[in-house]
Amino acid sequence: MIEVDRITFGYGDGPLFHDFDWSVGAGESWTVIGPSGCGKTTILYLLAALRKPQRGSVRIAGQELRRPRRQTGLILQDYGLLPWASARENVALGLRLRHEPAARREATVTRWLERLGLGEVAGHYPQQLSGGQRQRVAIARTLAVDPDLLLMDEPFSSLDALTREELQDLVVDLGIEGSMTVVLVTHSIEEAVYLGRRILVLPSPPIERAHIVANPEAGSRSFRGQPLFHERCSQVRALVEEMRDARA
Amino acid sequence: MRGPRLPGRVDAVRPASQDAGPVPRTIAPALATSHPAFASWLNRLAALAVFLAAWEVLAIVAGQATLPDPLTVLVTFVRALPRGLGWHTMVSGYRVVLATVLSVVVAAPLGLALGQSPRWDRLVAPLVYLSYPIPKIVLLPILLIFLGLGDASKISMIFLILFFQVLMVVRDASQSVRPELVHSVRSLGARRRQLLRYVYFPACLPAILTSLRVSVGTAIAVLFFVESFGTTAGLGYYIIVESWGRLAYAQMYAGVVAMSLLGVGLYIVLDVLQKRFCGWVDVGRL
Repeated sequence: MIEVDRITFGYGDGPLFHDFDWSVGAGESWTVIGPSGCGKTTILYLLAALRKPQRGSVRIAGQELRRPRRQTGLILQDYGLLPWASARENVALGLRLRHEPAARREATVTRWLERLGLGEVAGHYPQQLSGGQRQRVAIARTLAVDPDLLLMDEPFSSLDALTREELQDLVVDLGIEGSMTVVLVTHSIEEAVYLGRRILVLPSPPIERAHIVANPEAGSRSFRGQPLFHERCSQVRALVEEMRDARA
Repeated sequence: MRGPRLPGRVDAVRPASQDAGPVPRTIAPALATSHPAFASWLNRLAALAVFLAAWEVLAIVAGQATLPDPLTVLVTFVRALPRGLGWHTMVSGYRVVLATVLSVVVAAPLGLALGQSPRWDRLVAPLVYLSYPIPKIVLLPILLIFLGLGDASKISMIFLILFFQVLMVVRDASQSVRPELVHSVRSLGARRRQLLRYVYFPACLPAILTSLRVSVGTAIAVLFFVESFGTTAGLGYYIIVESWGRLAYAQMYAGVVAMSLLGVGLYIVLDVLQKRFCGWVDVGRL
């Protein structure tokens, strides 16, 4: 699904990525973790074509990425909702941009609003919603356009613990239902282990190679309560610390 | 914009001994506190009443010949409307509305473009910086030379004043759109034109309407000035040439009332547009 081929990218003070390769299969769910400032968000922006690599290429579904793909969904930490549009209008935005016929658009929007428990607040502006509800609107907006690739940048980091777990469970449920490829960037080790069947652990930049942790047990709600979950968390924690200290 | 809630003064001053029982209230404050919109209109009516009372007193002091009382002016106004005043008001309205629409149509896209292109902004910013503080009214003789005495020079004058206001606020507003918002909408597949339509334009709309509301008074003042010579139509002509010049003071005051109503009318239209399209601002920004 995703082929990152020897990319080099930086913002001016040295490259964040240098000849970096990465490959993601269709339908896989990945989480990306690493020390602060290592380029977690940048790799996501490169996959979303919001940044272009200075060298190398990114191919998604066999096509070289030159501009944002309509089949790629992106969910950001700060929700990225239009403050002047109601929750319903926000969810409808992607479909509107695709000139979807009104009747079909409204049916899809209603279905996703109901699916994510937003029916009662559909007419509210984002400012009138809680953080969790805003992120649900962002998720509904992205999923309403039926993406084949879902990119999430620390989507739950500004939410309280309970809401965060609730939305993590939602992502697990959505993963079970659909066949989307998911890449989620997080700074939370528990979240990375709970949601990623493969975990990409990035070192400090410049990044040439990253460590991949296989985590096939992820993707079910029961995983969080199992001893293996905590063992895996400890393993990833040790790896992140090792990666951080290697450069220090 | 909601008006202030009227305080329940009866409650505030009632003695402690009355706390046990229901306290009779006058109807107006009770209605006002439960309906803020009603309170707002009540406040406006009260302000109008105070204004008319002050006018009445001044008319008595100054004498009817110099300052006719409100009723005389109202009667003159109603009589004059079908006899030319209505037509002059429509001509003035046409000029100021056309200039306003043109200024938004030209300045808003330009402001958006400057806000989006740092390179163009760097090129144009010094020009705007130098020309913005120039009092545009001094350019009137130049406009008269180039465009003549007709509507073009008058509309252009008002256009110039509003143009810079709108240009500056739209440029600043579009620069302040959060990049995360743009990223998330781009990631949904928005093309450049769709970004303008769904992100930048709605983000700038409150600023456009606010700048117009602020400038509408100036626009009307300039309209009055440019219509006071070299024309035979418009409220400026009606007030200065047809009324003041012929010592028809009651008619002159009727013209002043018409010009004021034009200004208030435009202000109300902008206020309604702001409430209709920018209601989210009152709810608060993210």
